[in-house]
Amino acid sequence: MYTYSYFPGCSLHGTAKEYDHSLRLVAGKLGVELQELEDWSCCGATAAHSTDELLALALPARNLRLAAMTGRPLLAPCVMCFNRMRVTQHQLENPARRQAVEAILAEAAGRPVGEPATAPSQPPVEVLGLLQAFGNDEMLAAIEAAVTRPLKGLKAVCYYGCLSVRPPEIVHPDSLENPQVMDRLIAKLGAEVLDWPFKTECCGGSLALARIDIVLALGRRLLSMARSVGADCVVTACPMCHSNLDTRQKQINAKFGESFKLPIYYVTELMGLAFGYSASDLWLNKHLTA
Amino acid sequence: MARIGVFVCRCGSNIGATVDVKKVVEALGQTPDVVFATDYMFMCSEPGQTQIQAAIRDHNLDRVVVAACSPTMHFRTFSSAIQRAGLNPYMLEMANIREQCSWVHPDKAVGTPKATDIVRMAAAKTRWFEPLYPHEIGVTRRALVIGGGVAGIQAALDIANAGVPVVLVERSPSIGGRMAQLDKTFPTLDCSGCILTPRMTEVSQHPNITLRTWSEVATVRGFVGNFEVDILQKPRYIDESKCTGCGECLTRCPWKGFPLEFDEGLGTRSAVYRPFPQAVPNKPVIDPETCMALKSIAEDADRRPDPLTGAAPKRKPKCGLCQKTCPREAVDFFQQPKITTEKFGAVVLANGFRLFDPTVYGEYGYGRYPDVITSIQMERLMNAAGPTGGEIRRPSDGKHPRSVVFLACVGSRDEHVGRPYCSKICCMYTAKHAIMLKEHDPHVQTYVFYMDVRAGGKGYDEFVRRAQEEYGACYIRGRVSKIYPDGDHLVVMGEDTLMGMPVQVEADMVVLATGVQPQADAGDMARKLGISYDGYGFINESHPKLNPVESNTAGIFVAGMTIGPKDIPESVSQASAAAAKVLGLLSQPTMLGEAMISAVSQARCTGCFTCEQVCPYNAVERVTLRDGRQVAQINEGLCKGCGVCATACPGKVINLRGFSDQALLAQMNALFTLPEVVAVD
Repeated sequence: MYTYSYFPGCSLHGTAKEYDHSLRLVAGKLGVELQELEDWSCCGATAAHSTDELLALALPARNLRLAAMTGRPLLAPCVMCFNRMRVTQHQLENPARRQAVEAILAEAAGRPVGEPATAPSQPPVEVLGLLQAFGNDEMLAAIEAAVTRPLKGLKAVCYYGCLSVRPPEIVHPDSLENPQVMDRLIAKLGAEVLDWPFKTECCGGSLALARIDIVLALGRRLLSMARSVGADCVVTACPMCHSNLDTRQKQINAKFGESFKLPIYYVTELMGLAFGYSASDLWLNKHLTA
Repeated sequence: MARIGVFVCRCGSNIGATVDVKKVVEALGQTPDVVFATDYMFMCSEPGQTQIQAAIRDHNLDRVVVAACSPTMHFRTFSSAIQRAGLNPYMLEMANIREQCSWVHPDKAVGTPKATDIVRMAAAKTRWFEPLYPHEIGVTRRALVIGGGVAGIQAALDIANAGVPVVLVERSPSIGGRMAQLDKTFPTLDCSGCILTPRMTEVSQHPNITLRTWSEVATVRGFVGNFEVDILQKPRYIDESKCTGCGECLTRCPWKGFPLEFDEGLGTRSAVYRPFPQAVPNKPVIDPETCMALKSIAEDADRRPDPLTGAAPKRKPKCGLCQKTCPREAVDFFQQPKITTEKFGAVVLANGFRLFDPTVYGEYGYGRYPDVITSIQMERLMNAAGPTGGEIRRPSDGKHPRSVVFLACVGSRDEHVGRPYCSKICCMYTAKHAIMLKEHDPHVQTYVFYMDVRAGGKGYDEFVRRAQEEYGACYIRGRVSKIYPDGDHLVVMGEDTLMGMPVQVEADMVVLATGVQPQADAGDMARKLGISYDGYGFINESHPKLNPVESNTAGIFVAGMTIGPKDIPESVSQASAAAAKVLGLLSQPTMLGEAMISAVSQARCTGCFTCEQVCPYNAVERVTLRDGRQVAQINEGLCKGCGVCATACPGKVINLRGFSDQALLAQMNALFTLPEVVAVD
């Protein structure tokens, strides 16, 4: 059906291995071919973009160049990777910035500065996040057809977080405040998708380690709202959101005297379950809250 | 020999600082035919004008050059001055040494020689001047007022009371406009209906006013004093001449529950409806979108004739209860749109405004959460004739709200939504709502998120203070970032920029103070009338300070929100001002037209009509001479003197009066050749 260059990024090779694994399973089932981008490197998220503007552009630019040479669209399931790539493409429309980044890439590749790269003018590669790749009408129909074990009775809230909708002029979400693309996908799996107002609220993001107090407070706010609308679980496509909500629940409970036990699922994990794979196949045992 | 007088104005330091006027006067004194040259501090002042008039007499001048500002600014001033001294008013040339010279140059080194050139050119031009005489145009003593809101009502009444017939065109079923929807008016808390509805009745009963509701202006032709307007009467499906407004049909219509536009969707109506009880005219309208009878007729009309018999399809409505009920047999399902053409001498455009649609602010949840409403909806909730009978009940569950949050500047002062301007009325109506809510229910706590409180006006700031101090409205300076439901209330998250911290307010109801924007079809209307409008769609005044109710097309006046955001007193003032301008225009049976317009030398015209194609004002007419030749003729009422035809005419047989080829060439010669008498330093 589709063939993508696949950019797992550090998360899907590390803390979000279950995202990677479930993605590969469901993609195979849907006939979507994933070819891991050869020699990929850091997307430049957080560490780079909070220290040096050019570095934050040069890192994704290197990956974008590799991807462009494959001639295939690039799938970056981690929304941080996705966001960095899209933002970089946008920023490099500025000729001065593009020139500066080209110089860095040339230097890194050992080419004299100013000499054109081997493939100087590839058309810009199309960068897709998970929701862009699997949320279109065609894929939704395929997903619906692949469901063998509908998730009847499961009440889910879809949590988009910030980066899959912002900045809107770069990400082009279906709606900035009330996106629907994930809701539609999860509904195709037979689950009951609940409307809730915190779809795009902040999870604390990369304050995960520096300001645990903030992350705990924000996590509690999100989980309380999910609970109060009657959700059994929270679905996300972002490894950062997942980690902040999943790994911190115990601490949230201890700090605020709560008793949350809400599983946080990746979109692809629920797809896998609905497609008939067993839970252990999906590495659900990697979650801290189950 | 011409006898030219040159008068150089210093305009304080406007000209004097960058042009050495003495040197200009000196140089002009050496120019052929200039018999008198002088300078003065303010030529446009009374002593300045007297000086010109004295010089005309003393030196027997027959042409005058005033070197000062642009002709748009003061041509009329000086032309009437020389006319009073006995000269033809068109024997004047303005040499613009201010806007086109002193203002744009840094010092006298550049300014003085350029000013001298400009004035010499003007003097050379005047040598070819001939006296011009404006023609007279007949004036139709009738006025058209477009829009039946408070501005249109005021303008129509003022004009009609002076004895001039008026046609008032309103596109909705009733006059009254936005003001009719309001409950109270700031800052006096007058009941809006109580002060407006008597005026509405007066309009409908005035012998000089013809009221045309449910009608629209389709096309406008003609020119000042002589407009010809096609007015489209939409089918009401009720014969206005028969209907007494008894309302019998309203009670019988089985097609109910459609959102009532007048109640901003909070109330409902049937397919046959009257927008509000005090509607003028108090006659219902049948809505073809929701009436079963009209829908079935429309479906029948789509069917082809019977292929065997060729008979027309049956046209029998499927409902028709109202028709059977009506004691006057006024219901007519087959009424057709009707266009009538009428003549007017002047037009007042008062087509009002539209409120900002807050759904673009997704974070406020308007349209998603029923208890997030707009201020105009709040007006309807407060109004005794509104959907809740004047009780403040929130839309979701009909409960009385205890905590109400107001958001100011929704669609105002925000470049992101293309509305960087202030809507001017929202601060005031929000304070009014805060006061009125407390009057309705003393247990209500109100909060107002605002950017700045802009309460300029008589008694306005005092009013806002009252809301805060006597009525306990809690004003929070900052924007709201998100509104979401939590249980049966809403949570409003925002920032208190005075405290420098985020705030969260629990609300039973949120009211969005939506801003003012032009009507969706404001541009179409302006183009129909041939008047200009700004980037938003608000009409441009002919001069924002000195001609605030005139458009830049003669005979078309404007009033109210169509020019820009304003409150009721301001709209009414503008309407009265526009009425005064209309009455001034219509006070004489004829008016003087432009003298500096094109004229065709018909003896030499070959009838190619290139001029007809290029004229932007449709002023070229075709006439057949006695010898059978078809030639061009300029309609003196329509011609604006732009000169495009004179330039385009291949035979050079069109002359733009006051701008003859000889005059323009003389002007050029004066610039590019040395003066015949060279000044010696």
